[in-house]
Amino acid sequence: MGNAAVNDFTIRVATVNGSGSQSSNLVLTNAIFRLGVPVAPKNVFPSNIEGLPTWYDIRATSRGYRCRARTIDLLVALNAATWVQDVASVRPGGAIVHESTYAVSGLTQRDDITYFAVPFNELAKAHVKDGAMRKYLTNMIYVGVLAELLRIPESTIEAAISAQFKSKPKAAAANLEAVRVGSSYAREHLSPLEQIAVKPMTGATDDLFFIDGNRAAALGSVMGGCTVSGWYPITPASSLCESFISFCEKYRVDPVSGERKYAIVQAEDELAAIGMVIGAGWAGARAMTATSGPGISLMAEYVGYASFAEIPAVIFDVQRVGPSTGLPTRTMQGDLSFVYTLGHGDTKHPVLLPGTVEELYEDGMASLDLAERLQCPVFVLSDLDLGMNSWLTKPFVFPEKPFDRGKVLTAEDLNARPDWGRYRDVDGDGIPYRTLPGTDHPAAGYFTRGTGHDEEAKYSENPDVWLQNLNRLARKHDTARTMVPQPLCDDAGHAVGILAYGSTHHAVVEARDLLRSAGLETDYLRVRALPLAAEVAAFIERHERVYVVEQNRDGQLFGILRNELSPEQIARLRSVRHYSGVPIDASAIVEPLLESRKELAHAGGAR
Amino acid sequence: MSAAEQTLNIIGLARDVYKGSPTTLCAGCGHNSITNHLIKALYEYGVPPHRLAKMSGIGCSSKTPAYFVDRAHGFNGLHGRMPSAATGAKLANRELMVLGISGDGDTASIGLGQYCHTIRRNIDLTYIVENNGVYGLTKGQFSATADVGSTLKHGGTNAYTTIDLCELAIELGATFVARSFSGDGKQLVPLLQAAFAHRGTAILDVISPCVTFNDHDGSTKSYAYVKEHDVLLNAPDFIHAGEEVVVDYEPGTVQNVALDDGSHLILRKLDRDYDATDRMGALRTIHDSRAKGELVTGLLFVSGDEPDLCERERMPARPLRDYAEEELRLDRATFAKIAGGA
Repeated sequence: MGNAAVNDFTIRVATVNGSGSQSSNLVLTNAIFRLGVPVAPKNVFPSNIEGLPTWYDIRATSRGYRCRARTIDLLVALNAATWVQDVASVRPGGAIVHESTYAVSGLTQRDDITYFAVPFNELAKAHVKDGAMRKYLTNMIYVGVLAELLRIPESTIEAAISAQFKSKPKAAAANLEAVRVGSSYAREHLSPLEQIAVKPMTGATDDLFFIDGNRAAALGSVMGGCTVSGWYPITPASSLCESFISFCEKYRVDPVSGERKYAIVQAEDELAAIGMVIGAGWAGARAMTATSGPGISLMAEYVGYASFAEIPAVIFDVQRVGPSTGLPTRTMQGDLSFVYTLGHGDTKHPVLLPGTVEELYEDGMASLDLAERLQCPVFVLSDLDLGMNSWLTKPFVFPEKPFDRGKVLTAEDLNARPDWGRYRDVDGDGIPYRTLPGTDHPAAGYFTRGTGHDEEAKYSENPDVWLQNLNRLARKHDTARTMVPQPLCDDAGHAVGILAYGSTHHAVVEARDLLRSAGLETDYLRVRALPLAAEVAAFIERHERVYVVEQNRDGQLFGILRNELSPEQIARLRSVRHYSGVPIDASAIVEPLLESRKELAHAGGAR
Repeated sequence: MSAAEQTLNIIGLARDVYKGSPTTLCAGCGHNSITNHLIKALYEYGVPPHRLAKMSGIGCSSKTPAYFVDRAHGFNGLHGRMPSAATGAKLANRELMVLGISGDGDTASIGLGQYCHTIRRNIDLTYIVENNGVYGLTKGQFSATADVGSTLKHGGTNAYTTIDLCELAIELGATFVARSFSGDGKQLVPLLQAAFAHRGTAILDVISPCVTFNDHDGSTKSYAYVKEHDVLLNAPDFIHAGEEVVVDYEPGTVQNVALDDGSHLILRKLDRDYDATDRMGALRTIHDSRAKGELVTGLLFVSGDEPDLCERERMPARPLRDYAEEELRLDRATFAKIAGGA
């Protein structure tokens, strides 16, 4: 996207954290959406409550791309501290709306952009009488200015404000008032932008709605029948559990008795959070927790235990940037190899890799089925971009299938199975049968342990017994390979393939369009889970070159592929990585692919 | 009386039903005595084996759930992490009688966080600490309940202040706290039954000498030391729900503690006037006794009127694990409002 156009541009709003710009940005996003134009908002925020710089990118995209755009067409500058760097971020030919007291000189004086100076603070002082509300309403003034510059009708802004302040009509009125201050100032003093504008569209946003990934995942947990959760607050996962709490409080409380069909405990740490989930899973309830990398570190021991003792559990990992505390409010696909083998010794877990908010909802349900079917911890890997940003999506599908509670024996079943053993592979799929505590049958009880055990769950240090058990667990892992969500493949017989997973998907979609325009046709396979489905190797076999795109420095999926593929298959792979902490954009894929196609015999054509 | 009549408890089960696998602990270990007292208490209380969930962490003590009630489900979890798993199990199925077995390393060191927070939440759990002041499985290192100045078998004196798990529990708002001795079944068995009857976290700190690593002169957790310094605060007697409470003591010499399931614990007062419902008094007594080198045992504190976690969370009586799709999913109209399509 060299030049911005009608309905294809990115607005960056640069403010100070805690100044209350979130509502303004949501109103602006929603107003553009109401005109039928697809929007992809990205919140790039600091690890701070008040005072540090924060940015909000609103991308209008007529083709419906969902990823971040690297080029900024229109900047709203309301943070003096980042004024210099913000001016530099605007593309040539772009425009800046800024607080008029900011100096336009030296580094901030560019002759390839248009400046719109607006006396925001003065306008706010003059028009907003309530001092406490002033800082929030100042932000609504820029909404009015932008509406005017972009030609968004006032009625649309009004509708967006009503939606934003649904239950607070007084606040809605005050906000609309502030918007009008901005729009009348713009009408009197500024001329609308020529090259950047919003025009009503049809057909591109029908039925779509906004939801953030954490809420979508929580909805999946509700619809999947999760009843127990232990959790510990951590960015960017907290709002997943908080959404789950809010759904349960609204919809799972008996209106008469006040009884709650759920139990959610804010634990003292992630050690306890996972312990509660595993205790509940052992006793037969569907349970989940949500955390991020540092929390996963603390959960490692119990997850390894649950894998070996074969206890269901669902763990959402909303990934943030590591190493260490890293960038807690930025995004990364940094935990893939960490969670896949979390635990000491020979430990492997199913890991679901949703790439969209819809898939987060679906995996939220599927993970609970898989955990009980496979009797093991199941990870759902989200990330800050998917989890905390608002995404446009088509409506989710109401589940028609009953829960899959897996191989659980009742007292009646036990009568028919005098030879029952907790860890015996009766069906050849590596999955044994379990009983739940509370089952009234003399043979139901067994001793669950993380130590070596035989098929009867009895303690054993016998090398043969150990080998048999480990081999059965490997068999179970292979069974999981066929049960987890399968890869999504778009293969039209080109020589070059792209392989990606998770939120990287959205940049791949745009990149493939751009590559096609540049003469490089690509096929695409999106991995939806670990262990890898057989289709992944087959896709690689069919292509001369496959680029593995991911958001971490070391190429973690690339590493897992190298472990599992043949040398000949590995030779076809190239790793493409993005790891700055902001979500990947299309150019991070387009540039390296165009650069490296020179070494290919059939690049761009059929194979 | 026939042999069969002699061996059946109030729910018609023989005492053998409450047995487990043979112990693999050292001969003479206090933990084995506690296991035997537990078997007696579970049998006498009449716990249905299938409703019992035996939870433990890691260490010598945590192995013991394998040595009683074979029929029950056991969960030998991670070091210091028994309480969280016990909490999860209870939340999943509140019909379970959850019994946690831990040790002083498992609770006072690596598991101190979970110990404290479990007490704060008052989950309905009988929590037994088999306390010997030493790490057994790793061969004789001090634990955090070792007293200042006590010595290791192979040299070394503990310089660090001790963690008194009972004092800590009472301070944190525990609703049932008792201390006992593995060698005193007469005291321990009724206390265990009272703990089963209590709705909430019942802490039982049971001094349990380690014959291999901590039974020497210089240890304050040896058989000899405990026998010499044990000061019984009260003599407990457990009365089942529905059984008549016959008090034939002088007025003022007993404290009758009504328990949550309708049973009673009759505390016969001994040489001092002790009120087991006085939180501050309990703290003072434990503190002062320790300063004097005494080890006070008996029911230290009980409070019956605080809700347990399940009650506070307004959980239904029916186990959460039993709820089905139509009871847990949103209806179609509500779903559409949240998930698009409305």
